[in-house]
Amino acid sequence: MSKRIVIHEEHCIGCRLCEVHCLVQHSSSKDIIKAYGGEHSHLMPRLTVEEDGPLSFALQCRQCEEPSCVEACVSGAMHRDPLTGMIMCDEERCVGCWMCIMVCPAGAIQQNLLGTKIASKCDLCYGAELPACVAHCPNEALTFDDVAEKGAGS
Amino acid sequence: MRAVIVGNSATAVGAIEALRAVNQSAKVLVVSEESHLIYSRPLLSHYLGGEIDQVRLAYRPSDFYTRHEVTPILETRATGIDTAGRRLLTQDGNSIAYDKLLIATGGTPILPPMPGIDTQGVFSFTRRSDVESILTYLEAHGGKEAVVVGGGMIGIKATDALIKRGIRVTMIELAPRILGVALDSTASRLMTRLLEEAGVRVLTGNTVTEIHSRDGRVHSVTLREGGTIRCDLMILGIGVRPNTELVEDSDIRVNRGIVVDEYMRTSAPDVYAAGDVAEAYDLVVDMNRTVAIWPNAYRQGAIAGAHMVGIETPDAGGVAMNAIEVHGVPAISVGNSNLEDEPGHEFLTDLDERNHRYKRLVLKDNRLVGVTLVGHINRAGIYTGLIRHKIDVGASRSALMSEQFGLLSLPDRYRKHVVTGEGIEV
Amino acid sequence: MALSLATASFVIERDPARCIACQVCVRQCANDVHFYDADDDTVRAHDQSCVGCHRCVTLCPTQALSVRLNPLEYRPHANWGPDILRNIYKQAETGGMLLTGMGDDQPQRIYWDHMVLNASQVTNPSIDPVREPMELKTYLGAKPERLEIDDHGDGLTLRTELTPQLELDIPIMFSAMSYGSISFNACESLARAATEAGTYYNTGEGGLHPALYQYGERTIAQVASGRFGVHLDYLNAAAALEIKIGQGAKPGIGGHLPGEKVTLDISRTRMIPQGTDALSPAPHHDIYSIEDLRQLIYAIKEATHYTKPVSVKVAAVHNIAPIASGIVRAGADIVAIDGLRGGTGAAPTMVRNNVGIPIELAIAAVDARLRSEGIRHRASLVAAGSMRCSADVVKAIALGADAVYIATSALVAMGCHLCQHCYTGKCNWGIATQDPYLTKRLNPNIGAQRLANLLRAWSLEIKEMMGGMGVNSIESLRGNRDHLRGLGLNQVELDALGIKAAGM
Repeated sequence: MSKRIVIHEEHCIGCRLCEVHCLVQHSSSKDIIKAYGGEHSHLMPRLTVEEDGPLSFALQCRQCEEPSCVEACVSGAMHRDPLTGMIMCDEERCVGCWMCIMVCPAGAIQQNLLGTKIASKCDLCYGAELPACVAHCPNEALTFDDVAEKGAGS
Repeated sequence: MRAVIVGNSATAVGAIEALRAVNQSAKVLVVSEESHLIYSRPLLSHYLGGEIDQVRLAYRPSDFYTRHEVTPILETRATGIDTAGRRLLTQDGNSIAYDKLLIATGGTPILPPMPGIDTQGVFSFTRRSDVESILTYLEAHGGKEAVVVGGGMIGIKATDALIKRGIRVTMIELAPRILGVALDSTASRLMTRLLEEAGVRVLTGNTVTEIHSRDGRVHSVTLREGGTIRCDLMILGIGVRPNTELVEDSDIRVNRGIVVDEYMRTSAPDVYAAGDVAEAYDLVVDMNRTVAIWPNAYRQGAIAGAHMVGIETPDAGGVAMNAIEVHGVPAISVGNSNLEDEPGHEFLTDLDERNHRYKRLVLKDNRLVGVTLVGHINRAGIYTGLIRHKIDVGASRSALMSEQFGLLSLPDRYRKHVVTGEGIEV
Repeated sequence: MALSLATASFVIERDPARCIACQVCVRQCANDVHFYDADDDTVRAHDQSCVGCHRCVTLCPTQALSVRLNPLEYRPHANWGPDILRNIYKQAETGGMLLTGMGDDQPQRIYWDHMVLNASQVTNPSIDPVREPMELKTYLGAKPERLEIDDHGDGLTLRTELTPQLELDIPIMFSAMSYGSISFNACESLARAATEAGTYYNTGEGGLHPALYQYGERTIAQVASGRFGVHLDYLNAAAALEIKIGQGAKPGIGGHLPGEKVTLDISRTRMIPQGTDALSPAPHHDIYSIEDLRQLIYAIKEATHYTKPVSVKVAAVHNIAPIASGIVRAGADIVAIDGLRGGTGAAPTMVRNNVGIPIELAIAAVDARLRSEGIRHRASLVAAGSMRCSADVVKAIALGADAVYIATSALVAMGCHLCQHCYTGKCNWGIATQDPYLTKRLNPNIGAQRLANLLRAWSLEIKEMMGGMGVNSIESLRGNRDHLRGLGLNQVELDALGIKAAGM
């Protein structure tokens, strides 16, 4: 079993609180007022809310079973964490070649805004009990659920 | 079971990781001509440009071989295969027995017959040793001006690295435009202009006919269309061809590359080929061909590695694609992105020349077959997914070109598959 | 257009030190109160449109928002208050009836707050509900005159054949709210919570959506004057049927679901054309007498083969006692009475605030009348019209109700903030709306859970209060007015309620 963020588009209300709290979680202060005050221009949420009228959903890395980004990564930065099984980007190794952006079928990886040439993606709030987007979704449109893994090698 | 892998790059890593994911008992040997442990070839330009150090060249952690229980046999060139006796022959006259053999020898740089090509200061640009030679050479002799032959991926990456080192570059491309394999004429023009803005002189429809030396080192080149260009350094970045040398004397079927099936099996039993050397299925052109790109190499390696230990995951096929960056502007091309005026195809374009932004989609029968993005590349992978899964985008056509393009505008079933489903498999 | 004289009811207070301009408030307000000004990267508000629903305040991630009553003060006048003036300004502009939603908001006397409960001391010890069984089970339906029992020697069996009963694990049901007046997600929340809590919810006159048939065993299906969505499968899917004659919020008035709310799904469920107004007539056009009512009751019983109890719901009005008596004699198994403060999705303000009587007085009057006529056992009595807490429920039962209906409390549990603008269809909480952008805001998983939580919390409190009174079964409390005393009531009121004054 591994944990995965499950998107319930029927419950997404397009408030974008997930984006707000994602940004805060990845700020240095982790304080919402400070994050938006000083650091805001350098920060970006690692998930995107797509919205068109009543249809909306918050999209972050889908943790593909066979991740195209890992396959395409030339630096070895994009990898499956041996401990958690999660797809992570080792920002120390990323050179910003954007191969991952080219192949991610969900469009869930972005160039970061700092111009540091690092691919920015959901890290499931590494170390936190719950990803910030899940914890702050007011309508349970994002849940952090156990997902049975398929047979190895498939 | 004894698996032998010839080659030491993405394909080998793909094979080792897939194999070890399900099997711990097989003996795995990696035979490589090079003396280095696994490193990333695409990072060589970053290394040359001084953006990363040697440590970051490593594609996998230094304990990769030990952790995956792989025996590396380095600095050993494989010279032939005894398919009947199941042995890999090596240059030192020895041979290595195998139960399963993976040929992952990659590509060889194309070196045109050019008088003076052996002059000091003339380099190819595919291996780590090439870059180390360039760095040594630059340290010893300095260098202000360079000629790069080839306006394809390799040439561009070499040029970008040299610019970052403060070297003035003249790029010489035989074809009428640079990056002609990947880009249409408009995108090519944009990239040319970006190179020029970065101080590069770009000459197309031209080539070097002779290399001149002074004190045994390269000094200038003569151009076919007349004139001479001074240079302290010259890099040949024309391209690579499949390195099929190893199988030339065997009965293994070779076309341009080594012909393989959907499990990367060659015509010889228990012999696989994958990566740049292999001629595998390309799902966009619907035929087998060699496509020398990193993601294909890794994936094909993984398919072969898994098949060696009994896991049958057929390859759905590769898609040609590339991501490059010139003068800080990224560009991505996927599939049949360079087609122009092709009958039966439809072209959607959006050009903002001033801001170096360009978007071009190629459609055939309401399915996306090619994409070019310059400048704004976020979410490019969604297009790649549409190409790979041959999704009918007829109903979403208007949204395809929108600034807000996303999964939302795609057919419901596909959207739900990506968003709420188990994720995309490739 | 001439200048409107109606001033804003509320003002938005935004703390600039806390506002991060994330625009969550902008996106959440269906009344377009908040707006983002890109020129100076700030969020501002059109106070005039604010209905005071607090959606923005609740979702603001930095607690930067507050909504206050407009501090604008009119020259004090004991007779002509600001609300009265605003209403006149509005009507002078529109020439229309004043519309509103939810229950009566005027300060008429709330008798619940003038009744107190008893507790045992010394001579009749109280019961600890944590240690002793405490029975809340309630059966609704006609009870026989007497029970005949066969003794086989090795056991007893009931010879008397009982008429159909509804079995409630807790004497609280969800009152009628139609699919149309509330969203599908709200209906589903109610249905699931009723299922989980072992009680019932009520379809109102909205028909039964196919997706809710699975909760049929926990559904009371209404048959009202418009007969919307009524067909044999509908009747047979439900656990009980209810003929709706009147509603506490608007006695004597019909219903009106505007065409824009009649979506495809609603039109199918109600069996009316999409986009057409759904008009429920004020009276049933086939009921002009107790005899007519009896015909409908028995038509329904025939259609459902006498397997389901039939309820008749009326508004609490002046002669409620004889009306209830007539209903019982017409053959109803349950009489549901909805008081003055009962809610609605839309009603003329004047009707809501001025027609009908408080439910407390109605229960007392009906229970007393049915007892005096010796027919109290022939029907169960369900009280509705503002049960705000478990104590109100206990008092209603002590006054003589078998069970209560709650609706406003249920809506509040799902997020309703009593802004009273249900009729606009712009409910920011996703409850009283059919706008798909808004209905998503009520996740039925959350709605059902919150409702079930509320019922559980109230049942714990009811048991606690019963234990204190030394009562271990809700049946022993029913109509037991000795457990009630009046506080600050005059003798006429005490007599009407049938209770003694506190201290007596």
